[in-house]
Amino acid sequence: MTAAATKSTAHSIVEASPRAKAFASGLVILYAVITILPLLWIVATAFKSQSDAIAYPPKVIFEPTLEGYVNLFTVRTRQTPDFIAKLPPPQTWYDKLVRQRDMVIAGPSKVVPRFVNSLIIGFGSTFLAVFLGTLAAYAFSRFRIPLADDLLFFILSTRMMPPVAVAIPIYLMYRQLNLTDTRLGMILLYTAVNVSLAVWLLKGFIDEIPREYEEAALVDGYTRLQALRKVVLPQAVTGIAATAIFCLIFSWNEYAFAVLLTSGEAQTMPPFIPFIIGEGGQDWPAVAAATTLFVVPIVMFTVLLRKHLLRGITFGAVRK
Amino acid sequence: MDTMTTILQPDHATIPGVSTPAKSRAARRVHGLSDRTIAWLFVAPTIALLLAINIFPLIWMIRLSFTNLNLSMSYLPLRFVGLDNFSDILNDEDVWFRLQTTAQFVISSVALQVVVGFGLALLINRQFRGHSFWTTIILLPMMLSPAVVGNFWTLLLQPQIGPFNYLISLFTGVPPSSFSMTGQVSLAPWTIVLVDTWMWAPYVMLICLAGLRSIPDYIYEAAEVDRASAWRQFWSITLPMTVPFLMLAVLFRAIENFKMFDMVNLLTSGGPGSTTELVSISLKRAAFEKWRTGYSSALAIILFVTVFGAANIYVKTLNKVKQR
Repeated sequence: MTAAATKSTAHSIVEASPRAKAFASGLVILYAVITILPLLWIVATAFKSQSDAIAYPPKVIFEPTLEGYVNLFTVRTRQTPDFIAKLPPPQTWYDKLVRQRDMVIAGPSKVVPRFVNSLIIGFGSTFLAVFLGTLAAYAFSRFRIPLADDLLFFILSTRMMPPVAVAIPIYLMYRQLNLTDTRLGMILLYTAVNVSLAVWLLKGFIDEIPREYEEAALVDGYTRLQALRKVVLPQAVTGIAATAIFCLIFSWNEYAFAVLLTSGEAQTMPPFIPFIIGEGGQDWPAVAAATTLFVVPIVMFTVLLRKHLLRGITFGAVRK
Repeated sequence: MDTMTTILQPDHATIPGVSTPAKSRAARRVHGLSDRTIAWLFVAPTIALLLAINIFPLIWMIRLSFTNLNLSMSYLPLRFVGLDNFSDILNDEDVWFRLQTTAQFVISSVALQVVVGFGLALLINRQFRGHSFWTTIILLPMMLSPAVVGNFWTLLLQPQIGPFNYLISLFTGVPPSSFSMTGQVSLAPWTIVLVDTWMWAPYVMLICLAGLRSIPDYIYEAAEVDRASAWRQFWSITLPMTVPFLMLAVLFRAIENFKMFDMVNLLTSGGPGSTTELVSISLKRAAFEKWRTGYSSALAIILFVTVFGAANIYVKTLNKVKQR
């Protein structure tokens, strides 16, 4: 899109006038700035002290501190100043920071295990969904499958179902199978949701690879599977990567299934973040710190995916 | 699926000097599996997974919807109650009220997103310098986790400590602690619309932008030759040619917002009272707080059928747009 934009000066009639462009750019930049402010506020809140975070009026200028991040990763207990004075001198900068608030670090918080769960469930389900999706998409793209249109609709419709409604029977089934609150259970569930997107997206990508390449390979004595592995897959790498990122983002962000079907062992970040509690309610700097860490990979992926974003959100139907 | 031709029925097969279809067919029979076997081997795992995780539980749920199962009172004998759950739901004023709340949310949020999204797309389509960078910034909210978005907006919307009320008071002079966006019956329904629009207007924008870019320049050039005014060009060219894309965005957003749970659950959790209790939140309460499994299965099935119908229309629109 960027390349097209810089080269499009050729059309004089369709090209907007400089004044119209300036007007458009002003409005769009204004909207972009307003849209990004909430995110910047959260990033800033992560660096506020507890009292700055709940100050009235809200503070725009404040003294940055890493307390929010320290609180996110630790569990602390409040102690009397006398008790703290008797302790040996603090070993680390974060010990020191916590003791300034009359607290002592009692141990690590649950954020790391939750983050690890998000990673394992995210990558596990993405890998499975892309693997299954590639096979199915190839078959739908290259072979005549009876009732192909109906099957494709069936596959997509499973993704459209309301998650809370799906969770009711899944909850009962997982109880029977001992899959409640397990990573395996969540991986299977997210794979099922993602595979529909993967099939639709990848079918679009594979449709674009000319058949002639494979036909030539088949003539050269390759089997179908060899042709798939050595000719089609290398051509589809970009599409597979884009699909994988979409699946990863879904699993990473998913909340409804996670909150209804996990409680501890397999809990991921989204249901965990809102319940980061400090003394007297939500610990906003710590919540903001968790949100920042959670959102940064998504921002990076969005930039990476920019070219394929449209395809991803329309199940491969709109390409440019 | 117009591209569903196989190598067995080659439509563009004979590449001169390379092969004839007959030869390649013979070649393949010698090596490896037949195409038909491969096709089934490749599609079967996906279908099997979806049957196990989606369809089997769905059938189980249909069965449960005819029972009185309540997981918090599982000592009660399981009884088949016929269509009682369904008639209870359809006669329940609360359910109708939730559906009404949901419909209001869907209509107002999608309408606002169309206005904002289409407007932004028209502006961005003028291709000013740096439009690509700013577009990426605008797209960020829709990539975030709705739950995390709902959660951090509660901070932004806090009456005293949140920056939102403070900004409003800067512009209007209303004291910031005099109103609560999430705690007031008159404001909460608009708050969820506002946050949803912040998140999803970019979605509508991105799809509309694709629609605008699909209009060939020569149509405008012809209109220009005919001295059609800019206004006329918009109504006779731009809008009609973008409508299929707009429909795509509207349908998808409507389906998504009809089943909305995560963002609203964290932003207002249905409150104050039940002013923002969308049907998914109400379903979650029936199923996972009151544990009325039979009743909530019936409600879930009603939602399924609705979404399934909407999804059908959506896929038809998808295929229509695809042909452009």
